Amino acid sequence: MSTRNDQKETSYIDAISQALWEEMERDPGVFMMGEDIGIYGGAFKVTQGFIDHFGPERIIETPIAEEGFIGMAVGAALMGMRPVVEVQYADFISCGWDQIVNTAAKMHYRTREAVPMVIRGPSGAGLRAGPFHSQSPEGWFAHVPGLKVIVPGTPYDAKGLLKAAIRDNNPVIYFEHKYLYRRLKEVLPTEDYTVPIGKADVQRAGDDVTIVTYGAMLQTAMEAASKAQEKGISVEVVDLRTIYPLDKETILNSVAKTNKAIMLYEDTRTLGIGAEVSAIIAEEGFENLDGPIIRVSSPDAPVPYSPPLEDFFLPQVDDVLAAIDKLSAY
Amino acid sequence: MEVKSLELNTEQLMEIYYFMRLGRAIEERLELLYKGGRLPGAIYLGRGQEAIEVGASYALEPGDVLAPTHRDMMSQLPRGITAREVFAQHYARANSLTHGKGEDNYQGDLKRGTFATVSMLPNFYPVATGAALAFKLRKEKRVAMPYSGEGATSRGDWHESLNIASVQNLPVVFIVINNGYAYSTPVNKEMKVANVADRACAYAMPGVVVDGNDVLECYREVKKAVERARDGGGPTLIEAKTMRMRGHAGHDPAKYMATEIIDLWTRRDPIVRFENYLTDRGLLSEESKQGVINRVTSEVEDAVRFAEESPYPEGKEAIEDVYAQ
Repeated sequence: MSTRNDQKETSYIDAISQALWEEMERDPGVFMMGEDIGIYGGAFKVTQGFIDHFGPERIIETPIAEEGFIGMAVGAALMGMRPVVEVQYADFISCGWDQIVNTAAKMHYRTREAVPMVIRGPSGAGLRAGPFHSQSPEGWFAHVPGLKVIVPGTPYDAKGLLKAAIRDNNPVIYFEHKYLYRRLKEVLPTEDYTVPIGKADVQRAGDDVTIVTYGAMLQTAMEAASKAQEKGISVEVVDLRTIYPLDKETILNSVAKTNKAIMLYEDTRTLGIGAEVSAIIAEEGFENLDGPIIRVSSPDAPVPYSPPLEDFFLPQVDDVLAAIDKLSAY
Repeated sequence: MEVKSLELNTEQLMEIYYFMRLGRAIEERLELLYKGGRLPGAIYLGRGQEAIEVGASYALEPGDVLAPTHRDMMSQLPRGITAREVFAQHYARANSLTHGKGEDNYQGDLKRGTFATVSMLPNFYPVATGAALAFKLRKEKRVAMPYSGEGATSRGDWHESLNIASVQNLPVVFIVINNGYAYSTPVNKEMKVANVADRACAYAMPGVVVDGNDVLECYREVKKAVERARDGGGPTLIEAKTMRMRGHAGHDPAKYMATEIIDLWTRRDPIVRFENYLTDRGLLSEESKQGVINRVTSEVEDAVRFAEESPYPEGKEAIEDVYAQ
């Protein structure tokens, strides 16, 4: 754990560590399970120093057994604990898929017993990590009733939403974008705070076109918005923050104002979150649209390793600008 | 805390006999109702498994937790699940333990220490292991006991659970009911080992084979493991050898099972065996036996009537309780 100096800027990864640390201090029912999270401090060092402070009872280093320890989290949660599971990379969450979608997600529906647990892990591409360390699996889980899904795009939201997730009485999937870990910094409040689950945030106000995005693509959207401004186009950027439940109100209000919508998401194109948001706008905001809803996303392909391939794969600022230009015709 | 002793008194023996008889009476009625088209869903019968079903869970104490599968309704009777609750669940009524959301035998109640299973098996091996982890973290002297058929022992998370429970020295008693078949697949196509319990050595825990049709042997061996776990001695794997005397589910006539096998295991009927034991010791007369049968029969009659008179949930409840507040 890095030293906390509230006047200093806090990185996205340190914001996550702080949220975990403070929630473990606040609530003795919170404990962590995962691979290498103890002495080693986790693959990305999110839990560095935790085991010295909280001890091996609450910082549990597990064997490589995602299905096992995710299922264990369900059991501990049913017994009144608040487990936080780290999957070393979000990609590995598929190894525990069954326990998440069949045991955890459907428990309250059937029995009205709460399953307060968080599964968190680093997602996303851009680090030349190849097909198995770069995926954006949020769409898989947003499709499963009973789960909440969060992908924060800023240090402030990363901390506030993780705290909210740990205090929530449902299974929450929390993906932290590893590209942002040490690239984003901001000054965080000194006092305890949470960010409500299910609320989007207008990161930049504008009048001419709305970009709905989340995660690391928020940075791409903000850069594209600045460049568009130079050409006199005013772009509004909506950061979803929570993927499920979606904040329809903020999305529809923005589109009602700008009358144009671009979905920008790093997940692959088909049935990605942008597809769902597009459908919501088409169903409930149709009267406000002046042009087609445009999706800017990764293509329907695995995430490739080689730099030119990955750069081609990921949505770039120029792709967003091209979409903005296209909408200018309407 | 006070726990049941290894040698049971007359009252406890008769209670076990009652649970076995009640379990069988419930299942016999379910079979009739299913064949008569009275149930909206499926049935998964554990006929022939009464000894391990009741004997193992009877070894638990009130604060412990049981994690049965879809075939282990009878194991929930000693936890306090009632015939009315079983039938309301099968009849998919609003007042069932899963409010019409969950099917068949998938009832549970955490307050009485029994989970509501899912279809994927052995998903509650990890879940029960996690419950045991919670007990250990909070320094509570409680024990978790998941059930599994031998079929689900082929899956990865079965092994993951035993491994982690052993590494963490958790208070879990893993029950495997080896009933000969995984749906239609016989044991010799499921595994090469002679006993599932032999796998325990791979996880440095005791592995015990019990006669799954001898309720007192089931109780005693499980009770030893339960109290060892409670005292910090770690997990145990217990394999009960028995036979599933019906098909996988109500629709399955089980033609793949040889009649000689069925005949052999019919002669080993766990209820008849226990009756002989009780009779030999002067604890059961023809009259008292009939008394128990009459009692469970009227309980089943009452439960069926109760379920049939209970209202269905309203359609709109289908979208309620997806999330906890």
